[in-house]
Amino acid sequence: MELKEYIKENILFLDGGMGTMLQQAGLGPGELPERWNLTHPEVIERISRGYYDAGSNVVCANTFGANSLKFSPEELKSIIRGAFEIARRAKESSRGGQEKFIALDLGPTGRLLKPYGDLDFEKAVSVFTETIAIGAECGADLIMIETMNDSYETKAALLAAKENSSLPVFVTNAYGADGKLMTGASPSAMVAMLEGMGADAVGVNCSLGPRQLMPVIEEILSCASVPVILKPNAGLPAVRDGKTVYDVSEEDFSREVSRAVEKGVQIVGGCCGTTPEYIRRLTETIDPIRSFAPRAEKRSVISSYTKAVRFGKDPVLIGERINPTGKKRFRQALIEKDLDYILREGLLQQEHGAQALDVNVGLPEIDETEMLKRTVFELQAVCDLPLQIDTSDPEAMEAALRIYNGKAMINSVNGKIESMDAVFPLVKKYGGLVVALTLDENGIPDSAEGRYEIACRILERAAEYGIDKSDLIFDPLAMTVSADKNAALVTLDAVRMIRERLGANTSLGVSNVSFGLPCRDAVNSTFFALALENGLSAAIMNPYSSGMMYVWHTFRVLHGLDENCADYIAFAESTPPAEASAAPRASSGTETVSVAPDEKDKLREAIKKGLKDRAGQLTDELLVGTEPMRIVQEQIIPALDEVGRGFEAKTVYLPQLLMSAEAAKTAFEKIKTAVLSGKNDSPDKMCVVIATVHGDIHDIGKNIVRLLLENYGFKVIDLGKDVPAEEVVAAALEYSAPLVGLSALMTTTVAAMEETIKLLRKNAPRCRIMVGGAVLDREYAEKIGADKYCGDAMESVRYAEQLYSELQNEGK
Amino acid sequence: MDILVKSYAPPPVSWSEIYRYMRTAEPDSAVCDTARECMDEIAGALRYDVCYAETPVKEHNGALEFGFARTDSRDLRICLRGCDRAIIFAATVGAAPDRLIAKYMRFSPVKGLCMQAIGSERVEALCDKFCREMSVSCAERGETLRPRYSPGYGDLTLEFQKDVFRLLDPPRRIGVFLGESLLMTPVKSVTAIIGVIDGGESNEAKHTT
Repeated sequence: MELKEYIKENILFLDGGMGTMLQQAGLGPGELPERWNLTHPEVIERISRGYYDAGSNVVCANTFGANSLKFSPEELKSIIRGAFEIARRAKESSRGGQEKFIALDLGPTGRLLKPYGDLDFEKAVSVFTETIAIGAECGADLIMIETMNDSYETKAALLAAKENSSLPVFVTNAYGADGKLMTGASPSAMVAMLEGMGADAVGVNCSLGPRQLMPVIEEILSCASVPVILKPNAGLPAVRDGKTVYDVSEEDFSREVSRAVEKGVQIVGGCCGTTPEYIRRLTETIDPIRSFAPRAEKRSVISSYTKAVRFGKDPVLIGERINPTGKKRFRQALIEKDLDYILREGLLQQEHGAQALDVNVGLPEIDETEMLKRTVFELQAVCDLPLQIDTSDPEAMEAALRIYNGKAMINSVNGKIESMDAVFPLVKKYGGLVVALTLDENGIPDSAEGRYEIACRILERAAEYGIDKSDLIFDPLAMTVSADKNAALVTLDAVRMIRERLGANTSLGVSNVSFGLPCRDAVNSTFFALALENGLSAAIMNPYSSGMMYVWHTFRVLHGLDENCADYIAFAESTPPAEASAAPRASSGTETVSVAPDEKDKLREAIKKGLKDRAGQLTDELLVGTEPMRIVQEQIIPALDEVGRGFEAKTVYLPQLLMSAEAAKTAFEKIKTAVLSGKNDSPDKMCVVIATVHGDIHDIGKNIVRLLLENYGFKVIDLGKDVPAEEVVAAALEYSAPLVGLSALMTTTVAAMEETIKLLRKNAPRCRIMVGGAVLDREYAEKIGADKYCGDAMESVRYAEQLYSELQNEGK
Repeated sequence: MDILVKSYAPPPVSWSEIYRYMRTAEPDSAVCDTARECMDEIAGALRYDVCYAETPVKEHNGALEFGFARTDSRDLRICLRGCDRAIIFAATVGAAPDRLIAKYMRFSPVKGLCMQAIGSERVEALCDKFCREMSVSCAERGETLRPRYSPGYGDLTLEFQKDVFRLLDPPRRIGVFLGESLLMTPVKSVTAIIGVIDGGESNEAKHTT
């Protein structure tokens, strides 16, 4: 019988802890267990047969750690082939009469993926691909991805499985005592991502005993619409009388696992410490043919690498600010690849209450695919909100969905056949909740009925691709009410129809309604309230608008969605209703506040004291009547110089220096915005490329250097950490940078610094190179060919200033 | 050789150590407030996990031989003189510091520096707690412990990390990974070797950095 058929009506019994059995059989410390397929095949066969004899339906071939990072291609092939030959012999010779299957077992690579580790996502996919290709050739009945403690690596393995075989794929993760994966994912976030990508069963293995895993399994059962797997350890290991024992007995183990089956778990087995005796007890205790507890309904859900956000009764706020439309400073940031500016916008929206972030970085003059990929990757390193990938380019959409760590929201598809045929295959492959715009080849219907009909057609087409209604969220399009007095009413009717007749979720780009009108926030907020009352499930909106946020909080209070009104009270206490906008903004130039001349030094004082908010506010005020560059020369730089001198004289410590630098940066950002909105000269002096060299992941010193250089008006291209020499050279050439700064902390990575310097000398000979880091000194810096050793961040600034003035004198 | 895993409650915090890591001898009230704000943010996200094994150790032809690896390190040999066993361990406070350091180093380096210092203090406090516990159980058996010694100290190269990782399998047991350049992630993780000596004077394990 096919496995997928079998699990429809039967509890599926897995095997137990192969590692434990191998250790008992004499596997040495540090020895790779998979090599025993070649050196001790009889031992592996005996263990596997033991599990089949105990009643296991599925035994994993001994391939848990078989991957190309550990073995050469030839050895990998022999090991996997050997594993399947052994498993087949065990299956055939077992006395058990149950249905039997062999799984290709895929464990973690042992390396952590970027951005926190050093393994590239695509490299991880290719490592799993190699193992899967051989395993599928060997006749595996299923792929068992297990013991993964990082959501991103789990995605790489599942993607490789789906791209290279049509076998059923089961996925289990190793959760810690806090109920989360090591990299932070909650069980519901994992279920969202894995179900979205088409895993056939999901669950938990290893880490803890069955009782401790019960809260995790209950959360999984509450949200998984596919069969759920439980493979716990036999408790925790402890040494008694010189022997390792596990603290959960066979009897207790089977009793706890039976409880989980009563709650709805359909696939059971064991992990560390579970010998065939544990499995025998399980198969004897649990009746395999039974009526299952009903599974959770399919949910409309998106996820980040840590959490899931569900769509339904409780409306979801999607921040709209990562979008260049109508924003000069944002466009400039995109053109300059100033990721920090974009990421700050993301974090600020999170602080203001956004639950997901729309990401749109499309501009005609940039490579959207590359920029979208990079923005999504970098955003996920600093922000744990789920993202909405917003692009009309299917290539950019696929690139971003592929590297996204979670289940993304996708913006958007529409009723045109061409659009659906381009977007739906991506939704099916990578998972996603897709925004479906109710327009088609004939445009946007004037009536609510017309938009509803398009929604119905989109739903039908999605079903042909195997996409469920729960993965669609309809946007019946908020149109400008100043151009058509009935526009808002039609949209509101369409929201209600889709909600009531289709039972589907809806979303709107709320702010569109008010184009061309004064006091847009009032119109937007009222329209938002009406839409919510008509059943709106989500809004793409400006979370800095306190008016919109008040509407959302009030709606939740009035609809019984805010327990004890706690969220509302917390919001109201932090945001008085009169405040027009909570977002920090540059001066619009229309304010009439003026600053008395003797107040000008206040900015200098604020920077010296490290008062970030005050510095921003004072800069705004000064910008009303003062040239931006004068503020830089007369206020910001003198303040920084004073603090810098104190640092050099050791009367000011590093934290105080950084606080001043942050205050100066806030002021400088205001200056930059003002310069962009006027016709003033660029405040940037010259370009400096900085990087932590290849192999090194320590970047604190480098980040401090960046901050101070920016404060002094240098344009800094920060390439990050672990940067290959070629990338440094490419950036130095692309930006014609007169200065490159390299950092290394480890003795092992100084060689990479030397190599980078050599390559720079060859390809960008006019470029000066300064170096720094704990392992360097002046002598060594000279030895490896650097122009300058900088003992601290201030010394870097002084050197950059010196070079800038030399270049000025040379007239370059 | 058995590998054991332990999870601990948070050890007591030493603020003076945190300020030392921040390279500030006299923190002003703004720095203290920022550091405490950072501690409030990170504290709930930290884990305190250790995996360890006890191995035999002997000197042979000027090298140290463990059950799972050998090394020529002279400094480690001095540290383990007279020991016939050693405890090898890996400890971590989890991935939260990595995330928060990465975030704040971009947007508020002062907070980044605080997170960095807190992470260092926390993992050192965890190692001290583990070593004290080992020291107590060894004392019950009439044994004492040498100070802990990590790959990268003295002439014990980082290459030794590969052997430690092969033995303990920290990725699977406590979520600590070794990169190509032999650095660990999460960054606030420590591996170390503690010599066990029969009898001898009480020599509670302590910092060696």
